[in-house]
Amino acid sequence: MNLNDFLIPTQDICRRPGPFDRVVLTSRVRLARNLQELPFPGRANKQERQQLLQTVKPVIETMPVMKEGFSEEIAKLTDLDRQILVERHLISRELAKKTQGAAMVLSVDETFCVMINEEDHLRMQAILPGLQIKEAWKAIDKLDTMVETKLPIAFSSQFGYLTACPTNVGTGIRVSAMLHLPGLVIAEHMQQTITAVNKLGLAVRGLYGEGTEALGNVFQISNQMTLGESELEIIERLNKVVLQVIENEENARAKLLETKPEMLFNQIGRAYGILTNSHIISSKEAKNLLSLLRLGLDLGYFPDVDPAVVDELFIVTEPAHIQYEAKNKDGEALKKTPEERDIRRASLLRESLEKMPGPVMDASGSPKD
Amino acid sequence: MLCNICNQNEATVHLTQMLEGEIKKMDMCESCAQKQGVDDPSGISLVDLLVGLGPSSTESQPKTKATPLTGMSNCPKCGYTQADLKKTGRLGCAECYATFDDGLEHMLRSMHKGVRHKGKTPKGFRNTRELEAKTKKLEKELEKAIKDERYEDAAIIRDSIKALAHAISEFETETATS
Ligand SMILES: [Zn+2]
Ligand SMILES: [Zn+2]
Repeated sequence: MNLNDFLIPTQDICRRPGPFDRVVLTSRVRLARNLQELPFPGRANKQERQQLLQTVKPVIETMPVMKEGFSEEIAKLTDLDRQILVERHLISRELAKKTQGAAMVLSVDETFCVMINEEDHLRMQAILPGLQIKEAWKAIDKLDTMVETKLPIAFSSQFGYLTACPTNVGTGIRVSAMLHLPGLVIAEHMQQTITAVNKLGLAVRGLYGEGTEALGNVFQISNQMTLGESELEIIERLNKVVLQVIENEENARAKLLETKPEMLFNQIGRAYGILTNSHIISSKEAKNLLSLLRLGLDLGYFPDVDPAVVDELFIVTEPAHIQYEAKNKDGEALKKTPEERDIRRASLLRESLEKMPGPVMDASGSPKD
Repeated sequence: MLCNICNQNEATVHLTQMLEGEIKKMDMCESCAQKQGVDDPSGISLVDLLVGLGPSSTESQPKTKATPLTGMSNCPKCGYTQADLKKTGRLGCAECYATFDDGLEHMLRSMHKGVRHKGKTPKGFRNTRELEAKTKKLEKELEKAIKDERYEDAAIIRDSIKALAHAISEFETETATS
């Protein structure tokens, strides 16, 4: 089956509502699991990786939630398809680079995605829109329990679930929430927030970009420790912290409106101006400006505009998506250079935002009626 | 903040390094830092510290000089060595966890909340694998006790082995009938 026939169209993916989705984009719970008998993928030879694949893939494919799902070996996907999957946050960059024995199984609703022969034999994840960490855990726990009855999973009573990297051993769980935090960034409270969250044993990183750089003001908060704490303890703590960060973000936005409305209007207005008028725009600039547009939408400055349009642009302006659009729309199969993509991205943004009226803002701090 | 190594003194030496694209941090007290050879924080590999093996031996030193923390130097199942573990920061197979047991505990302490698993356990998990491993260990002890002519100890060890064998067989009949 063709990957792009399978994937949920971007405009639909962005219209799935979730709790607190003004700030929380998605919640995700990932479990790392390995089979007792075979070496971990990094240590396994080609034959052992194939053997693992042959053992595991049919089991995952026959799970009830994977009914009519998409199951494929990474080696059989084109480079472009792999990049699309990475940009949709369905598979990791690491898996996309692997070929021998690597595979993915994705559920039809894209809630479940299982990676085979990544760093561990199995990386099973549940992804839900908005703040739904507990729901995501329940979903993946259920799948994991079913898988466990079919496969001999490596486990020890001392170290728990055994993983290739000792940083994942124990519960093998990585719980994360993706947050859009323009208020905290503009108010220059992000560094404090990161420090406070770090103190609670959780990691904060930019979703896009390297190191501390966070393009589009999107941050991921996740647990770091996996041993010595139960799944529920980890989830409870992360959930509490995320709720606190949401409150801080809302407070930061309110405070900005109260104290520096012109500065805020200026940034949102300029973002709109550039996005609707540029002819060359990098992925980095586009993300940062789209973030401001989304903030303007959240604050009600773009009445009658569907917020999903902006969320969708975050995805479709990514490099592989630009390439894919060029190929499908104009039959341009040739790989585009970054400069060509920047031109294409700008025209895509102009077209998409063409009918979007400019922001309606005034200094009273509230949108005009 | 307490020292990651002794967990007693206040940490005053802070190391940060990029490892495989991830930022790793290590906080140590003055004395532990010195013991680990951290005079010049830039010249030390964090992997070495995390793996709990001290600074890596320089090339001029013969390789055999590296003293492993555990008696066993490589994994009987996948052949992974201490050096592999140091180099990659990853383990080779499930069995590696039993092999590098002692050194690992030290490393895990610096990364996690605890060193004992808490949380989900596979349904029907009755650690026969662990019982078998324990039996093997006891058999070795028994051999040694006999050699040293510690017959009283030997008798006690023998009883423990019997109890383990009983537990294993009980579990096996249970799974066979269920
Ligand atoms: Zn110390
Ligand atoms: Zn091994």
